[in-house]
Amino acid sequence: MMQEALFENAESGTSLWQDAWHRLQKNKLAMLSVFILLFVVLTTVTGPWIIDATQGYSYRETETTLGASAPSPEHWFGTDQLGRDLLTRTLHGGRISLLVGLVATFVSMIVGVTYGAIAGFIGGRTDQVMMRVVDVLYALPFVIFVIILMVLFGRNIYLLFLAIGAVEWLTMARIVRSQVISLREKEFIEATRVMGLPRYQIIFQHIIPNTLGPVIVYVTLTVPQVMLLEAFLSFLGLGVQAPMSSWGALIQDGVGTMEEYPWMLLFPSLALSGTLFALNFLGDGLRDALDPKASKD
Amino acid sequence: MIRFILKRIATFIPVLLAIITITFFMVRIAPGGPFDEERKVPEETLRQLQKAYNLDAPLYRQYLDYLGGVVTGDLGPSFKKPSRTVSEWIVLKLPVSLELGCYALLIALCIGLPAGILAATRPNTMQDYVPMSFAMGGICIPNFVLGPLLVLVFSLWLGWLPVTGWNTPAEKILPSFTLGAVYAAYIARLTRGGMLEVMGQDYIRTARAKGLSETAVVLRHGLRGGLLPVIAYLGPATAGLLTGSFVIEKIFLIPGLGREFVDAAFNRDYTMIMGTVLVLAALVLVLNLVADILQALLDPRVRMSMK
Repeated sequence: MMQEALFENAESGTSLWQDAWHRLQKNKLAMLSVFILLFVVLTTVTGPWIIDATQGYSYRETETTLGASAPSPEHWFGTDQLGRDLLTRTLHGGRISLLVGLVATFVSMIVGVTYGAIAGFIGGRTDQVMMRVVDVLYALPFVIFVIILMVLFGRNIYLLFLAIGAVEWLTMARIVRSQVISLREKEFIEATRVMGLPRYQIIFQHIIPNTLGPVIVYVTLTVPQVMLLEAFLSFLGLGVQAPMSSWGALIQDGVGTMEEYPWMLLFPSLALSGTLFALNFLGDGLRDALDPKASKD
Repeated sequence: MIRFILKRIATFIPVLLAIITITFFMVRIAPGGPFDEERKVPEETLRQLQKAYNLDAPLYRQYLDYLGGVVTGDLGPSFKKPSRTVSEWIVLKLPVSLELGCYALLIALCIGLPAGILAATRPNTMQDYVPMSFAMGGICIPNFVLGPLLVLVFSLWLGWLPVTGWNTPAEKILPSFTLGAVYAAYIARLTRGGMLEVMGQDYIRTARAKGLSETAVVLRHGLRGGLLPVIAYLGPATAGLLTGSFVIEKIFLIPGLGREFVDAAFNRDYTMIMGTVLVLAALVLVLNLVADILQALLDPRVRMSMK
C-alpha cells in the first residue's frame, strides 16, 4: 500500500510519443483530418460490400437503359454513361488510390530509409558518392521514366507500386541521412560499438528506430504525393485498367463529359482533394507535434 | 564561380549519356514495336521499314549510330510522323512548352510572393490564415482537376474565356494559371517560412531601430533573406513545370513538347521518345544550374561553399 501511494505521487515522466500525442490532440485541424481519413478508409473498404449487400450491384454492374443520370435518392452520386453507380465506383476507386498510396509509400520508405541510413552511418567517401547519386537523380524529370515504363511494360499495378516507389525515396534518403549523422556520434551508439555489435545490427536495431519521428512525418506527407502521382498517371490513361478504377481514372472520365454530366467530375475530384487535404493537414500537424523545432516548410 | 559552372556543365555529359542509354534500352527491351499494327503488315514491307529506320542492324550498332547522331544534333527520323525529323519536331514544339512554363512561373511568383509576405508580416491572424488556406488548396487540388473545373466555370458556364487552344492571349490565361497554381501555393508557403525566420533576426531589429518604415524593412531587408528558400525551390519547380505541362497540354489541346512526348510514348515512336526525353532532361539540368547560380548571386554563404 505504502509503495503504491509513493508511486502515485512521484513525478510521472511522459515519453516522446505521449508528448507528441498531446500536442497533436490540441491541433483541431489535424484531429479533424484523422477522423476524415478514418471515415474515408472505412467507407472505401466496407462501402462497396454494403452497397452490394443492400442494393445488389457492384462497381462494374452496368444498367445501360438508365445511362448517365444525375444524383438521386437511388444513386447518391448519379451514374455514368453505362449506368454504373458512381458512388460505388468512387468508393471502389478510392480503394485502389489508397492502396497505391500506401504500398508505394512503403516501398519508397524502405528504399529511402535503408539508403539514407547506410550513407549516413558509413560516412566518408561512400556517403559522398551515395548522396551525389541522389543529387543527380533529384535533377532528373523522373516522371518521364515512369510514363515510359508504364506505357511499354503494360499497366500493371505491381509495376505502378514499384515505379512510384522508385521515384519518391530520394527525399526520405536525405532526411534519414542527416538524422543518422547526428545520431552516429551519440554515446549509446558508441556503446553498441564497444559491445562489438556488427554494423548492420547497429544500423537496423539502434539507429533506424531513433529516426522514426521524422520518418513518420515524411511518410504522412509522401502518401498524398504518391496518390497525386497515381492520379496523374491514371489521368494520362496509364493507371489501373477498366473496369477497375481509381480516382484519377474517374476524374479523367469526368473531364470528358463534364459539360453534360458535371457530377462525374465533381464527386471523384472531391474525394481525391478531400483525402489529400486531410493527409497534408495531418502531416503538418504531426510535424509540429513530433518535431516542434522544424519550420513549416 | 566560373569554375563551378564549368564543373557542373561537365557533369551534364555523363548524366545525359546515362539518360540516353537507359531510355534507349528501356524502349528496345519492352515488348511490342512501332510497327505492330492491327492490320498485319506484309513481311517484305516490314523488312523495308526496318531497313529504312536502321532497325535491322545489331542493337549495339543502332545504339552507337544513335549516339553519333545525337552529337551532331541529328535525332533521327520520326517513326509515326515522318513528315519532319525528330529534331525539327522538337524545334517546332519546344517554344510552345517554354512559353507556357514561363507564364506559369510568372503567375506563380506574382501570386505566391505577395501572399507569402502578407502572411508573414502578421502571422497567426486572418491575414495569415486566408492566404495559407488558399495555398493548401493549391497543393491539394491537382492541376488536372483545377483545369477542367476552371474551364467548366469560366468557359462553359460564364463564357468569358475560350475552352482550348494556344493562339490568342485569351486562350493562354487558363492553361498558364492552371499550371502555375501549385507553384504559387508552394512559393507562398516557402516565402512565409523564409520571411518568418528572417524577421526575427538582429539585423531586422537594427533596420527598425534606424527608423526605417515597416515597408522598407520588410521589402528591402526582410525579403532578401526570406527569398532564399524560394530561389532554392525554383530548380525542382522547373522539373515539375515540365511534367505538369503533360496534362495541361492534353487538357487544353496545346501543341507543345509535353503532349508530343506522351503521344510518342503511347505510339511507341522510339526516336521521338528518345529525342523528347533527351531535350526535356537537358532542359531540367540547365534550369537547375540557372537556379543554383541565382542562389549563389543572392546568398554569399552559398557562394562560399562553391569555391
